[in-house]
Amino acid sequence: MEQVNRPARYDVRGLAEPDADAPRIAEVADGRARFDAEGLSTRQINLEIRRLAYEEGIDDITVANPAAKHSLGVGILTRCRIRFEGSLGYFACGLIDGPEIEITGRVGWSCAENIMAGVVVIRKNAGSLTGAALRGGDLVVHGDVGARTGIDQKGGTILIGGNAGSSTGFMMQRGRQIICGDAGHGLGDSMYDGAIYVAGTVASLGVDCVEGEMSEDDEEMLDRKFGIYGLERPSSFTKFVCGKKLWNYDNLEANERKLVL
Amino acid sequence: MCGIAGIIHRDGEADIGSEMTRMLQSMRHRGPDSTGFALYGPPSDLVVMRFKLADPNDVRDFEWTERLERHRHEVEGRLSKVGASVDRVEGEREYAYRATFRYDGDLKALADYVEDVPGCEILSLGHSLEIVKDLGDAETVAEQYRLDRFRGTHAIGHVRMATESDVDIAGAHPYWAYPFSDVAVVHNGQLTNYHHWRRRLERSGHRFQSECDSEIIAVYIAEKLADGVALETAMKQSLDDLDGVFTYLVVTEDSLGVAKDEMAAKPLVLFESEELVVMASEETAIRAVLREEIDTYDPYEREVLVWSR
Repeated sequence: MEQVNRPARYDVRGLAEPDADAPRIAEVADGRARFDAEGLSTRQINLEIRRLAYEEGIDDITVANPAAKHSLGVGILTRCRIRFEGSLGYFACGLIDGPEIEITGRVGWSCAENIMAGVVVIRKNAGSLTGAALRGGDLVVHGDVGARTGIDQKGGTILIGGNAGSSTGFMMQRGRQIICGDAGHGLGDSMYDGAIYVAGTVASLGVDCVEGEMSEDDEEMLDRKFGIYGLERPSSFTKFVCGKKLWNYDNLEANERKLVL
Repeated sequence: MCGIAGIIHRDGEADIGSEMTRMLQSMRHRGPDSTGFALYGPPSDLVVMRFKLADPNDVRDFEWTERLERHRHEVEGRLSKVGASVDRVEGEREYAYRATFRYDGDLKALADYVEDVPGCEILSLGHSLEIVKDLGDAETVAEQYRLDRFRGTHAIGHVRMATESDVDIAGAHPYWAYPFSDVAVVHNGQLTNYHHWRRRLERSGHRFQSECDSEIIAVYIAEKLADGVALETAMKQSLDDLDGVFTYLVVTEDSLGVAKDEMAAKPLVLFESEELVVMASEETAIRAVLREEIDTYDPYEREVLVWSR
């Protein structure tokens, strides 16, 4: 692939900014764009995606050969479809608001961090910290995930086809996690709210995580999510929620304060 | 941050020098301070010893070159004195050397006697292990030591971002498991009971060449092996004995192992097939040697995995 050499740009500090321009290499046909990321830097790939989505208004983009590069597909704030043919590295697809992203390979640590809305579907495995601080949208991993999935999750749904590592749902605040396989030690440790559904075994529960009661609404939600993403639904799930017994749920401190005042 | 990598060919020899260079260079951003390789060539009757007599950071003061030459001859003389039949001693850089010799005596006695030469540190000792480490990125080190020509069966490597000790060769990984032949370790993480274990191992007669916490793992494993504990068992015991966050790799003459701490706090991605096992802190390093689409996974917390050729 021939790369276009353009003069370097300089930022306000006078430092050269390499790869400051989109490479403009995508082939566009029938409203769909496709380009090969082989030999491109992370910045060039992201600039090309943004050029296509924002400047060209194309809502169907395919990126071939991402080669596990880090930080691809981040900060996309518009409705579009993006398909990565291959695996991505760390920090993939974070901070998005709207797009539907499919990754045919696996992803490294911290995929889909802090996403606000949209869908990310990973066809293979994912590393640790997947869906950290997720605020909304759906994150679907067909394979296994590493440790601390959905740490500090604030909303949205994480659906895992395989197993999950330790400290899954650590300090989770809202949202749902659905784990079709087994979960590691410390499930839901120090969670504030939200629900975790596990079909397999749980190595151990974290502090203040307790078994909850499955409701009809839970079953309906599970049916719907599995239906949307075409995954086979395990026959039964156990629901885990916050026991609300930790000190931060105790109102003694507030009463003490009133007495003092 | 640091980055670690390992590769083992189960079906014969390959260009592991250039493979490991590509893997480590792709993780240069994780540690630009120094780069190290532990490479396993075909087993030989000869003992291969990599050693250094100074550090690249050392001030080139009065008679620096002459002094190194004197010390090099002193090393050769001491090898002969302990009964080694020296084959050759080659200077790879002005301060780093590779010696081959025949010797079937006590390796610890030999190592202690040789390291008594001022400035001398044995980087590796064995029948197939060769540890090469120096300042700079992987391509720089590989070019300086001509690693593109190195063929072998397995290797581990490390790119270092110095956090708790100096930027020098002594602080660079891999660490040879002194005084054990053909055993080396690389580590990503921090050990919080370093001083406890250092005091304990020093009392048992082990020597340390650096202030780097990672050296503990190599010496810890060496002591277990000396007690007749199997490699995999020793690694499993280390999960209870070592505090902190870590992922480390150990290599022996015919095996490669990985261990992760109980929080899985440090990354490792792994690809495994019948012919080949490749692992690294980042998948980009695996892609540097396997370009086709592959299935990879992360080992979980407290996992110990060992592969043999």
